[in-house]
Amino acid sequence: MRRFQMLFGFMVVLACAASAQQTANAPTPGVGTDVSALEQKIRDLEDRMVMLEGQVRQLKAQGKGASAPSEHTSATASSPPATQSQVPQEGDQATASQATASAGDNVRLGGAGGAAAKALNPDISVIGDFIAGAGHNPLNPTPSFQMHESEIGLQAIVDPYARADFFISFGETGVNLEEGFITFTALPSGFVAKAGKMRAAFGKVNTLHNHVLPWVDRPLVSQNLVGGEDGINDAGFSVEHIIPAPGKWFLDFTGQAFRGDSADVYTASNKNDLSVVGHLRGYRDLTDNSNLDLGVSYSRGHNLFGSDFITNLYGIDATYHWKPLRRSIYKSFIARSEFVWRQQNQPLLLSCQTITCPANTAAGFQRAFGFYASGDFQAARRWFVGGRVDQSDRAFDSHLTDKGGSFVLTYWPSEFAQIRGQYRFTRYADRFDAHEAFIQLQFALGAHGAHPF
Amino acid sequence: MILPSKPFFFALAGCLCFALVTPPGAAAKNLKVITTLTDLAALTQEVGGDKVDVEALAKGYQDPHFVDPKPSFLLKLRHADLLISVGLELEIGWLPPLITQSGNGNVQPASPGFLDASQFAEILEIPQGSVTRAEGDVHPQGNPHYWLDPDNGRRIAKGIATKLAEMDPADRAYFQQREQDFEKRLADADKKWQAQMAPYRGRKIVTYHRSWPNFAKHFGLNVIGYIEPRPGIPPTPSHTLELVNLMKRENTKLELIEPYFDVKTPESIASMTGGKVVVMMPSVGGKPEITDYLKLFDYDIAILTQAFQSTQ
Repeated sequence: MRRFQMLFGFMVVLACAASAQQTANAPTPGVGTDVSALEQKIRDLEDRMVMLEGQVRQLKAQGKGASAPSEHTSATASSPPATQSQVPQEGDQATASQATASAGDNVRLGGAGGAAAKALNPDISVIGDFIAGAGHNPLNPTPSFQMHESEIGLQAIVDPYARADFFISFGETGVNLEEGFITFTALPSGFVAKAGKMRAAFGKVNTLHNHVLPWVDRPLVSQNLVGGEDGINDAGFSVEHIIPAPGKWFLDFTGQAFRGDSADVYTASNKNDLSVVGHLRGYRDLTDNSNLDLGVSYSRGHNLFGSDFITNLYGIDATYHWKPLRRSIYKSFIARSEFVWRQQNQPLLLSCQTITCPANTAAGFQRAFGFYASGDFQAARRWFVGGRVDQSDRAFDSHLTDKGGSFVLTYWPSEFAQIRGQYRFTRYADRFDAHEAFIQLQFALGAHGAHPF
Repeated sequence: MILPSKPFFFALAGCLCFALVTPPGAAAKNLKVITTLTDLAALTQEVGGDKVDVEALAKGYQDPHFVDPKPSFLLKLRHADLLISVGLELEIGWLPPLITQSGNGNVQPASPGFLDASQFAEILEIPQGSVTRAEGDVHPQGNPHYWLDPDNGRRIAKGIATKLAEMDPADRAYFQQREQDFEKRLADADKKWQAQMAPYRGRKIVTYHRSWPNFAKHFGLNVIGYIEPRPGIPPTPSHTLELVNLMKRENTKLELIEPYFDVKTPESIASMTGGKVVVMMPSVGGKPEITDYLKLFDYDIAILTQAFQSTQ
């Protein structure tokens, strides 16, 4: 802090000295012109001071003066960043020399130490998810109270070419790396690539973290066919590219390859049992206030019965958004739907003595289908009301079909907390009806990066 | 290893090849500039003239804190040479994912094609000491509504002109000439605005959000309270009652609100205090007739002076 104040003070003195020298050398015009010129000079001087304040502010925000290793600092001194080009030459030199001195004082192994260590910290956030449940559901029991998840986010720019995002999920009984990936943002030809562990781009719900879901739970089709809460979430890489499209359509293709281990969807029995995901997204603004988002997804991998048994997933998703821009913080409506088909090979004669089979596993090829449709209406700045209809076959015995529905009411005390109530009815294929109620409290600390649309 | 099906591979290969061989568009001579807000677009247009193609992401009548990062914005960002943002975390809820997804290395933070305009402006209300969310949606680096001061408009225009000259050195003189011309027109207009506002200097006002500190400072207004109890927190009955009492005590009649806020609470306060609600436009494009930066102040000064006159 003291270093910045000294730096700022030094630059201001230099600026004043330069201005005074210019004033002294100026010719003596008439009185009117003189006053006008003086006003202009004062204005220029004021602008220069404001600009220097801005430079100091940015340096403080970025920790630039203390963060750069010495070799980088000398490069910076000889070729300042474009955004600093307006600083007077004297200021540049002062900044560079101060920066060099600071970096030299603080260099540690790894290139960062002291104040730099703090300045280079990633954005850190924690999102708490507390759920209270009531009702009877022996097939999918939930505790009366649970700290369902505490998601820690660590997000930062890695270097000029990439950024990284880590989301570590603490449950009540264990820790899970929900996502941890690097994104290469400066690839040629407009490609965006990711590598690490990530939620696959299959449909919409599979890509969403718990805290951005519009419900307490995930739809039946996600639970039965797409791996439930964890979903298709695996280590691998992803390549995304915007495809030129006619009219005002936005087309985007994502191709992903994973190790092949995702909940009950895919199992890699050996190293070569990879899974793949492809997603084509089409988006169009219908008006300034509304838009349509369509997607088709495909995924393929090996299932828990072994390398010779394949699971194919096909998906279609559609989302309609309405948000009047003049009242965007008060009113909105979102309609969502996803249709998923899951086809998988299963042994004709099950050997559940040697393989751990899920409950109700049938023999032979299974074709399961499921969908959900939901609507969420924002009635006021803090109030949202919504409903969802569910239906899904079971993945391992597609003759069994579960159906259900939910009613959801959400209240936002602020942007950083929400209280949600959900009533859920489920009619299981086993001829059992479950009536459940949930209260969810979510709260966010720190700087959690915005999620994609 | 069981390979993915052939149709999938063909589809993937087809899409990628199509994307690779498609030319990125005819080589445009003009710099393509994308700004987050219309005000920055207006200032860029002033200094860039016909040498730039400039477009804003958010609309002028939209709350700039809450903009959906729509994929259609990616189409604009994808081929941008320069992205200009307000900074100070105003766009933190929507700009970062757009930049990451754009696939455009030019506009990534710290790249030559990324410009944070806040570095040129006088920033007010910079929090001192520790900052917590108990204070609402505070901006730790200062109030981001800084463009609502003509002096900052001049400084930002100057900064943008310098940046454009760096990126297009052949047109440096053109940009400088246009910037000087804009500066002169702005200075003349400011004299007119100051004259219009002179009778009302020192007047006390209330605003909905902390959007107007730079405007108030430039035109000598005294903001004594806010309809929001904390930045980003909707009005509460107890705070509203306190504000009504404060306005009565201080004989304050005017409430300045932005077009995207609900007028119900401000109207209720006005009825209790005998005051008036003035819907000010915080950005270019807030009304169809506000087509540039000077017209933004023309509009706001006109309705503000009318409101002062009607509450004499």
